[in-house]
Amino acid sequence: METVNTGRTVKLEIVRQDTENGSTRVEKFEVPYRPGMNVISALMHIQKYPVTAEGQNTTPVSWDMSCLEEVCGACSMVINGRPQQSCSALVDKLTQPIRLEPMKTFPVVRDLQVDRSRMFNALKKVKAWVPIDGTYDLGEGPRMPERKRQWAYELSKCMTCGVCMEACPNVSESASFMGPAPLSQVRLFNTHPTGAMNKDERLAAIMGDGGLANCGNSQNCVAACPKGIPLTTSIAALNRATTVQMFKNFFGSDHMVD
Amino acid sequence: MSKDREFLWRRLHSLLGVVPVGLFLAFHLSLNFTAVGGEESYNTATGMMELVPHSLLLAMEWIIIYIPLMFHAFYGVYIAFTATNNVKRFSTFRNWMFALQRFTGIFLVIFIAWHIFQTRVQKAFGEEVNFDMMAEIVANPVMLGFYIVGILSATFHLANGLWSFLVSWGITQSKKSQQIATYITLLVFVILSIMGVAAILAFV
Repeated sequence: METVNTGRTVKLEIVRQDTENGSTRVEKFEVPYRPGMNVISALMHIQKYPVTAEGQNTTPVSWDMSCLEEVCGACSMVINGRPQQSCSALVDKLTQPIRLEPMKTFPVVRDLQVDRSRMFNALKKVKAWVPIDGTYDLGEGPRMPERKRQWAYELSKCMTCGVCMEACPNVSESASFMGPAPLSQVRLFNTHPTGAMNKDERLAAIMGDGGLANCGNSQNCVAACPKGIPLTTSIAALNRATTVQMFKNFFGSDHMVD
Repeated sequence: MSKDREFLWRRLHSLLGVVPVGLFLAFHLSLNFTAVGGEESYNTATGMMELVPHSLLLAMEWIIIYIPLMFHAFYGVYIAFTATNNVKRFSTFRNWMFALQRFTGIFLVIFIAWHIFQTRVQKAFGEEVNFDMMAEIVANPVMLGFYIVGILSATFHLANGLWSFLVSWGITQSKKSQQIATYITLLVFVILSIMGVAAILAFV
């Protein structure tokens, strides 16, 4: 591909940071334009030729990536002010200079690399899975209606990319809110017929500190989600479920499911 | 605050904002609105409050107004300062409402504290709360402006808070129901604002 010479260049401004909690600086780059290129291909060029637009040598910019087809969520960053995946961010559709920043709602490891651990910790906290392990064969679970499965599939598209977390004004390093993505997973697994057998445990988890009630209804998450997941509908549905659960916990004779 | 109590505090905050604080605001603005009918009509309406035995009125003030209002205000300040506003990057309608809810909330803490000092505290010192008292306050154009902004902040905060209340308790879930709730709460904002501003202008 290096042989393709269009004579055009792509201008980039990248917010850089060498160490965690270190100081930040902006570096400008100019890379050769190739038809159909995405932000990652521009970053790959800088990796090979780490020279700024002013001609000064610098260190290669570091970022995370894996699947390159908007499924894994690893390459999320803030591009021209909007958090999104850099693999599906096409240069042709972006205004230049293209400004790349890390998603600062997470701890920045280096340059555009962030540590999304808090999302995975939240998924553990809310038990975002269907427990089926036992000491004996538990047999088949209840059947799931096909229409319900199709609807639930939309919720299952979440790739823990962190874009909704970056968009949410109530998620930050200084706030405890777990954010929209893990909450929507509670709705997904509470919908699953086998998962629903533990729905009270998941509801209890999001009724804990930093949970569901910390949502401030700015609805940025649903506007930002690259997968079009109805996050705010999930949150509102969980609000109703927890309202019922709250009364059950207090007035009910026990805290079991149903 | 003890562990895992945040959910209850937040829900309590949401509830108290509507009952009793929101209901009290609607009642308060209705009472003020009698000023549009003139000095006598306002003094008669507020004079009705004097018919309630003093100790009962005092107990009602604390239970219905001060305690819930203080919890809502102070916990609200904590909520407002934990937010990282980003309306520049996400300039959607709802995100603006989110930011404005927090700005008006902070402003209302200042406004209401001042308003209580200027009226209720003065009453405790022996002043009489009547038409003349308010007329004297708003004779100062700066105070009139401060009161108008305060009233509009309060009506906005209540109307938008009602919208959030409906979501937070799981009443409006679908996009459509949330949209209709936006229109209805907008109407609440307009009606209460007209009442409130008309009333304060009646004292000028």
